[in-house]
Amino acid sequence: MRILIKDGRVIDPGRLDDTADILIEDGKIIEIRPDIPVTSASRLIAASGKIVSPGLIDMHVHFREPGEEYKETIESGCRAAAHGGFTAVCTMPNTQPVNDNRQVTEYILKTASRCNGSRVYPVAAISPGLKGEGLCEYAELKEAGAIALSDDGNPVRNSLLMRRALEYAGGVGLPLISHSEETDLSAGAMNEGETATRLGIPGIPNAAESIAVMREIALCELTGVPVHIAHVSTAQSVHAIRDAKKRGIPVTAETAPHYFTLTDKAVDEYNTHAKMNPPLRSEADRNAVREGLADGTIDAIATDHAPHSVLEKEVEFDRAANGVVGLETSLALSLALVREKVLSLSQMIEKMSVNPARILGLETGLKIGGSADITIIDPEHNWTVKAEEFQSRSRNTPFEGWEMKGKAVLTMVEGIIVCSIL
Amino acid sequence: MQFTRKDILDTASLSAEEIIMILDTAEGMKGISQRAVKKVPTLRGQTVVLFFYEPSTRTRTSFDIAAKRLSADSISISASASSLVKGESLIDTARNLEAMNADIIVMRHSSSGAPHLLASRLKASVINAGDGTHAHPSQALLDMMTVRQKKGSFEGLRIAIIGDISHSRVARSNIAGFGKMGAHVTVAGPPTMIPKGIESLGCRVSHHMDGAIEDADVIMMLRIQKERQKGFLFPTEREYASVYGLNRKRLKKAKKDALILHPGPINRGVEISPDVADSPRSLILDQVNNGVAVRMALLYLVTGGGQNADTD
Ligand SMILES: [Zn+2]
Repeated sequence: MRILIKDGRVIDPGRLDDTADILIEDGKIIEIRPDIPVTSASRLIAASGKIVSPGLIDMHVHFREPGEEYKETIESGCRAAAHGGFTAVCTMPNTQPVNDNRQVTEYILKTASRCNGSRVYPVAAISPGLKGEGLCEYAELKEAGAIALSDDGNPVRNSLLMRRALEYAGGVGLPLISHSEETDLSAGAMNEGETATRLGIPGIPNAAESIAVMREIALCELTGVPVHIAHVSTAQSVHAIRDAKKRGIPVTAETAPHYFTLTDKAVDEYNTHAKMNPPLRSEADRNAVREGLADGTIDAIATDHAPHSVLEKEVEFDRAANGVVGLETSLALSLALVREKVLSLSQMIEKMSVNPARILGLETGLKIGGSADITIIDPEHNWTVKAEEFQSRSRNTPFEGWEMKGKAVLTMVEGIIVCSIL
Repeated sequence: MQFTRKDILDTASLSAEEIIMILDTAEGMKGISQRAVKKVPTLRGQTVVLFFYEPSTRTRTSFDIAAKRLSADSISISASASSLVKGESLIDTARNLEAMNADIIVMRHSSSGAPHLLASRLKASVINAGDGTHAHPSQALLDMMTVRQKKGSFEGLRIAIIGDISHSRVARSNIAGFGKMGAHVTVAGPPTMIPKGIESLGCRVSHHMDGAIEDADVIMMLRIQKERQKGFLFPTEREYASVYGLNRKRLKKAKKDALILHPGPINRGVEISPDVADSPRSLILDQVNNGVAVRMALLYLVTGGGQNADTD
């Protein structure tokens, strides 16, 4: 079957930004040009007024399978991703059991292959059990299908272990993602500052993150192996990464929509849906993160999609679990950055597709002969966030009730439409 | 005016008028405690649950006496008896209490914000008897009552609060409460004990005790908790006492009529020397006495007692 996407604004950052048609056959793009005759396809997708983008990639999500399927299964997660416009997600290894061995990696891939949604790329653990006491079998994990390594949720406290992990992973050819946190300093429940003081909640200073980011940069420089910094939330981290990049150190970074959208004021009234790790920071940090996105210091937007049920969230603030869901709100919040002129549309697509693919060695882009992983975006679509309508099994969003503008209206993975509201 | 609040969660959310009304009502309640028969039927048939997830004999006893003087039925539930320790969620435990038709839940909890969580979910009134490091409104109100008895009003008074401000719900509630009534609050302590942004609550910060107390009308000493040494907040009790303890020598630098308050229980010889604690300027026992009256007022007002205050 041939599919024709007609009259959309086709953007492939750095290569193409024009009104054009895309012809797809057997899961591959076979033609991109204006005025492809409609008779050449059996299915027509009218994309006039829409943006046709390479499939979006969320390089940082937590699906809870195996172990906590009541929060999210691989199936519900893939569906949520597809609804959010993502054709691929990278799942962090802090499942139960931890994805620190071939069996779990293969289980995730096998389960994902049966789901109708985004692709799933498993991230395996740096250390067995995320305990920070040794190295996992990276070569075997890579062979099983893991695409990166991270102890996300936990930092690697031991600097020698982190050094060796980088060196060894560099040899195997698996990128390393750092959850940067100095835990001696981070024994709090929200950002340190006025709001925490007023609410009587123990604070987490910015330095808890930036100290760890600076260590990773030092180890990156020492080993020459790339390091990717997950969920950057502070101005100091942005400055450190910017400086490191200027010096040619191969560090990359991501941030999440909640860090460029919200501040710690969202915690007011003990809102556990605004509790995550790292925590929401100050206005100055939020602005620094936006500047970091604008000038390329921060390469990627990733959600850190972290589903939790009411069991973990309808509790005392200091006992509530960290994390918010993000797959179904990420694109709209990123499009807001475009409207606010922080990013161009092309830059936004870079950060949500091109750069994650580059960092992780995945395929992306709209190329003849390439896989038809495509997201069609309606930038004018107005909608209201209603968590009860999420495809995700969890409802823990700080954006409930927000009026949004812009939505993925069609998500296609290898030529198969996995979600469409067209 | 009418008192229409269902819950008492903190002093920051009370208006100056509401604070005055609570203090005036408490003064009225004091008379009951001085009678031979210390009991009125005001809250007969009302059930007050004293839900203490964190041990506190003093505050619980004070609320218990207050409830009994108003003829309410009071029941104490402590952490060990509560199913919370067995893994039941706070909301479930509270719903059970409500199903038993509790009218007022007086709650002490180690988590800041726990009373907010309950109050937003329950029809019963919630009175915060201390939550984490957030608020302790009945303590602040009894402190204010004690000060008003001696000074007449709050306008322009200088209040110095000395000690571990970071971990003190009493400090936060007093900063908000006294500030709202027109007093000027200064907090003092080692920088390790002054939380970031505390000025935004409406106080000044000093790291020197002498400077903080020299023009103070009220000196409030906070209890120093030994276990805070684990967080490296101070080196030793000995050094703390010498730099931030209130003793006779240091008291000479304060005004002659400065009042001394302490929320108790006191560490004699640490934050306050025994002779100062027992001196006539120390109002520690007045505070305890006023505590019952303030808590009677709160129980009375949240049940709607203030609604017909004018016609009563
Ligand atoms: Zn993380």
